[in-house]
Amino acid sequence: MSAFKFNLNQKEVEVDVADDTPLLWVLRDNLGMTGTKFGCGKALCGACTVHLDGEPVRSCTLPISAIGQKKITTIEGIAEGGLHPVQQSWIQEDVPQCGYCQSGQIMSAVALLNKNNNPTDDDIDQAMEGNICRCGTYVRIRRAIKRAAKGGTHEG
Amino acid sequence: MKDKIFKIDRRTFLKTTSISATGLLLGMQFSCTNTSKKLMGDPTANFSPNVYLNINGSGEVTIIAHRSEMGTGIKTSLPLVLADELEVDWEKVKVVQAVGDAKYGDQNTDGSYSVRMFYPIMRQAGATARTMLEQAAANEWKIDVKECKAKNHEVVNSNGDVLGFGYLADKAALLPLPEAQDVILKSPEDFKFIGKKTSIVDLEDIVTGKAVFGLDTRLEGAKVALVKRPPVAGGKIKSYKGEAAMQIPGVQKVFTLESPGFPIPLDSPLGGVVVVADNTWAAMKGRDALEIIWEKGVNGNYDSTAYIETMMSKAKVSGKVRRGQGDATNALKASSKKVKADFRVHHLSHAPMETPCAMAHFKEGKMEIWAPTQEPQWARSAVAGALSLDEKDVRVNVTLLGGGFGRKSKPDYVVEAARIAKESGFPIKLLWTREDDIQHDYYHANCAQHISVGMDESGKVNTWVHRTVFPSIGSTSNAKANEPSGSELSQGVLDMPYDIPNVSCESNNANAQVRVGWLRSVANINHAFAIGCTLDEVAEKRGVDPAQNLLDLLGSDRNIDMASYSKDFWNYSEKLEEFPWSTARFRNVIEEVKRISGWGKEMPDGSTMGIAAHRSFLSYVACVVEVKVENGKIKIPKVYYAVDCGVAVNPERIKAQFEGGAVFGGSIALKSKITLKNGAVQQSNFDDYQVARITDAPLETEVYIVPSNEKPTGAGEPPVPPFAPALSNAMYRITGKRIRQLPITL
Repeated sequence: MSAFKFNLNQKEVEVDVADDTPLLWVLRDNLGMTGTKFGCGKALCGACTVHLDGEPVRSCTLPISAIGQKKITTIEGIAEGGLHPVQQSWIQEDVPQCGYCQSGQIMSAVALLNKNNNPTDDDIDQAMEGNICRCGTYVRIRRAIKRAAKGGTHEG
Repeated sequence: MKDKIFKIDRRTFLKTTSISATGLLLGMQFSCTNTSKKLMGDPTANFSPNVYLNINGSGEVTIIAHRSEMGTGIKTSLPLVLADELEVDWEKVKVVQAVGDAKYGDQNTDGSYSVRMFYPIMRQAGATARTMLEQAAANEWKIDVKECKAKNHEVVNSNGDVLGFGYLADKAALLPLPEAQDVILKSPEDFKFIGKKTSIVDLEDIVTGKAVFGLDTRLEGAKVALVKRPPVAGGKIKSYKGEAAMQIPGVQKVFTLESPGFPIPLDSPLGGVVVVADNTWAAMKGRDALEIIWEKGVNGNYDSTAYIETMMSKAKVSGKVRRGQGDATNALKASSKKVKADFRVHHLSHAPMETPCAMAHFKEGKMEIWAPTQEPQWARSAVAGALSLDEKDVRVNVTLLGGGFGRKSKPDYVVEAARIAKESGFPIKLLWTREDDIQHDYYHANCAQHISVGMDESGKVNTWVHRTVFPSIGSTSNAKANEPSGSELSQGVLDMPYDIPNVSCESNNANAQVRVGWLRSVANINHAFAIGCTLDEVAEKRGVDPAQNLLDLLGSDRNIDMASYSKDFWNYSEKLEEFPWSTARFRNVIEEVKRISGWGKEMPDGSTMGIAAHRSFLSYVACVVEVKVENGKIKIPKVYYAVDCGVAVNPERIKAQFEGGAVFGGSIALKSKITLKNGAVQQSNFDDYQVARITDAPLETEVYIVPSNEKPTGAGEPPVPPFAPALSNAMYRITGKRIRQLPITL
């Protein structure tokens, strides 16, 4: 067990956990932040996606000891009050079915749009391929990303 | 049961839903400033004419969602039906998820029947409450109730006076329940929610990460449990060493759960070695450190791929005739043209994104559970049974389900959590890892089928022989139930609707050698695949367009008396008189899917379309899949569905089910396969058990819902069965190779 300090959603937090504990379980078990989900434990499904200095990473395989000075953002931290434009698009397109994978989907989508404000279908494929939705909301995920890219307007 | 409204007294309602009307003292004075408009009443008042509804004195309406939400939108759609008849302002409605309790009626959220079963009950419940509110207003105004009309959370009269639902709540509560004949249901043209789009109630919570799924409830002092289960269903522990696991910091306890052998009750955990730890990571490391030697048990030699061939050898010869008309054997011999085809389907795993999990807290002789379960009443009775508790001492709180697809109707994991909580003495969060989920599921039945179709020289189809062999779900828990049940066979085989004079539908015995269960649309998956692909071959043999072939074979518009063809026929537990097998409705969805897809139009080079149609869960569905092959990869630019599911309560969510159904069907058609060797599942996670990703999914799915005032029928499962055959038939037009096995390989 060691003490780890890191920056989570713009705040310093401290936890005392085993060095190899994946960030996912630190968030869920130690910090009670349950927006980030467990799906596979092997970085295969994307349900646990968070941002590490803005890059999408799978928190189920990211050991707490690897974070260092880098900043972590979770679904709870992407909007400062109110909703992030991507969350708004998700609502406007009624994307979720069961909703379990959607935190991870939104985190991947936000990371994509931060870098590329006009993604093509191929760009979306590439950025979102790591996120499984078993309910099959993919057509709406694609639509919601395009809507958010256009500042909230529907593509037609 | 179907026409019964479940009544309740107010005190019980408050106790079971934890809704308190206190703290709503503000607003009363404000609401009474206008004498002709009183909106609120006694803030402590509650009007609960049935178990699903409460209106308090401040006008807040609580509607109970008693079916489980796993992504279909049911937590929104059924309350909407009640709300529509009640004439409420949806913004003032709070939807609360019910605990598992028989007083709500059937809570088994499975089989695509939630709306079908509860649409009439919810309408009656809402209309009854509306009638009582109108009567309460009439009494206040001392006028005839006929002059009072409920509208958008208020009752109004012809003088323009207004009394709010809140104001009327305690007055309505004193009235006797009206007789059923005095409760007038709305005319469909007056519906304000039914048939229109309403977003799901949890939408904002989901996109902000606040929605509460199985392991998201805070439970003070909870420990995390993981179980190492026997790799072979029916296996058990020969010996184990837990010392190394106990050395992992944070591991609290290691102990065993007894394994039940095989056959295995559907609600029984598999047994194994339990690791209880302070946190998830310690539990995972502890479990990895276990040393266990297993006894394989009776299924230790099961090879699922080889077993498909065993089943195929049975499908190739005559079996037990479950539906017979005319003389199929001789008619087939006399046929001048024939299509003969064999079909193979492997086991499948549900793989909901949220693995099975449950929280259990045993305190002072009472067990409280929080679980993502499709069937909370079964979970409750199974926990009570396993722990020798009275059912009243078991409370099952239903969280949101991160997907279900049939997996979470079985309460084995809930019982497992409860047993671990009792045995360990800790409140328990039981997690199944993805490996646990993929390797210890209730798998979709693998299956072998043979179909022979005979035609005369003119191309008229005169013979249909369909043989299906698969382990019945029943044989998981009862070795003698090794012949497919009537309900399993009525998912495509016995309910074959085409107008063919000589028919023989046959089954043969097979045994479950792993837990077999129902997976979204169940036996329809295998049967619709075989039938849909065969019919495409028949079209080719007849030299007609595949869509036209379906219409030709259907014959004249009629309601088919399927029960007269087979004593084993099952109409999804409904009477044929109420839910007929209508070839007219089936024909219509085929016509409509042709229309929306532009069937027969010129396609870009390398692109093509395939069609299939299937009735399941009493809904009629036709599907066209557009396919192209790009760089050796199958691409699906667009899918078209036409569906007739009767009244469409929340059409937008029905569309979502079909969009998702195409993806689920895509997983089955192109990606997913479970195989067992030496009794153990060979796949373990999303690397080797693949499901459709965004790159595999259709770019677009268009859904046409037939406008209808017929009784509502299923929407969750019906999209799945016709997808794989429609895709297979399109693939044939590209590759020239008939597809006879799922998943499809290029």
